[in-house]
Amino acid sequence: MKKPTGPVSHITTPIKAWAHRFAFLFLVVAAFGLMLLGKADTVLVERARTAITDAVAPVLELVARPVASLSAVIESVGELADLRAQNAALGRENERLRNWQVVAQRLEAENEALRQTTKMVPDSGLRFVTARVIGDPGGAFARSVLVNAGSRDGVEKGQAAITSEGLAGRVAQVGVRSARVLLLTDINSRIPVLVGSGRERAILAGDNTKQPRLRYLLPSAVIQPGDHVVTSGHGGVFPPGLPVGVVTEASESAMRVQPFVDWAHMEILRLADYELPRTLLPADGSALREPQERAGM
Amino acid sequence: MNQSVWTRLDSIARSLSPFTLTLLLVMAGMVPLRIPDFAQIVPSMGLIAVYYWVIHRPDLMPAWVVFLLGLLLDLIGGGPLGINVLVLLVVHGAVGAQQRFFASGALMLLWLVFVPVAAGAFFLTWLFNVILIGGMIDPGAAFFQYLATVAFYPCIAWLFAQAQRAFLK
Repeated sequence: MKKPTGPVSHITTPIKAWAHRFAFLFLVVAAFGLMLLGKADTVLVERARTAITDAVAPVLELVARPVASLSAVIESVGELADLRAQNAALGRENERLRNWQVVAQRLEAENEALRQTTKMVPDSGLRFVTARVIGDPGGAFARSVLVNAGSRDGVEKGQAAITSEGLAGRVAQVGVRSARVLLLTDINSRIPVLVGSGRERAILAGDNTKQPRLRYLLPSAVIQPGDHVVTSGHGGVFPPGLPVGVVTEASESAMRVQPFVDWAHMEILRLADYELPRTLLPADGSALREPQERAGM
Repeated sequence: MNQSVWTRLDSIARSLSPFTLTLLLVMAGMVPLRIPDFAQIVPSMGLIAVYYWVIHRPDLMPAWVVFLLGLLLDLIGGGPLGINVLVLLVVHGAVGAQQRFFASGALMLLWLVFVPVAAGAFFLTWLFNVILIGGMIDPGAAFFQYLATVAFYPCIAWLFAQAQRAFLK
């Protein structure tokens, strides 16, 4: 571009500079406006977010697959080295697990029998949508991943995202072909859990570190390092009993949980659609009412 | 006549290349690499891009493009809206004011200057995150991302320089 020269530029340059500065200030003010808009959590912002993630999803999906298979190859080369040791360890673990299987089967049968004697309402059905992790926006200030399943696959906001190891997070935003999963380590994540064999109620609150904190425990709760943490199902969004992690620190100042999920190898997520039993849903009350009553109305 | 339309389209595409390249790099940074803990310290491509292009081709990185870039980063990242927009605009304003001085600088000098600029940018990002989320955030993670961003600067700057040579002669 040619810069204007001559006597006219003596007049236009200050005006241009002034206009530049004004435009810049306007954009800075607009940035603050965006912050307020984001804080208000409007539908508009949510739509914009889903539109963007839906737009980048196909590209990310294209790249994520080869990268995943490549890293799998690299990993398997590394694993070849200690195949023998791994084999022995797996053999031992298998033996141990077989013992547990016997215990689990016995407990399941006992549980079933007890449920029948107490006429407990059966747990509602679980339906899973399996999705591939295609993007990790990363950064120091948020913990979330994008998956390649959206509303067209039956994904809904609030569903639990789990790996084979345990709970990873919950669906925070759903597009048509993509969804954002808020990991349980994110500073905005709050998940109702039960801790230890005493099944103490607590909220697992992320703070962007690797080990989220346990909060809102009863003062009488006894918690020790090594206690297992599972989802409680309170709030009716998450299925109860999903494994979450192990308590690693249980001091007065902080109680921290190490999640079971291996974040570095989170490739596939299962999104659990937990349907509450019909009788609990007061949507139109039809499940609670007798048919005759409805006919009379 | 037809010729000039194509030339214009070509020049528009070329002048968009800093923006497009930055978006591509941002998306490349989002690919899950399965390297433990890498996602948290993935270099801030937006920051490097704005710094580089404001110094080398300020005409192709005007404030409104910076605004758009920050908005896209905010929407993709899932964090509070507006933080990237504001921080990148501040970097644009601060560095742009000294553009004439930096434009002749060697890579080494620009890298040295980038160290405090990025520090300021990350501090602002952290500060606004704390304010908007309304709770303390461990500054450690932000510090490591800052180090990674500074460390990756020469690589990305080299890439931009190649693009500048190829498309923006």
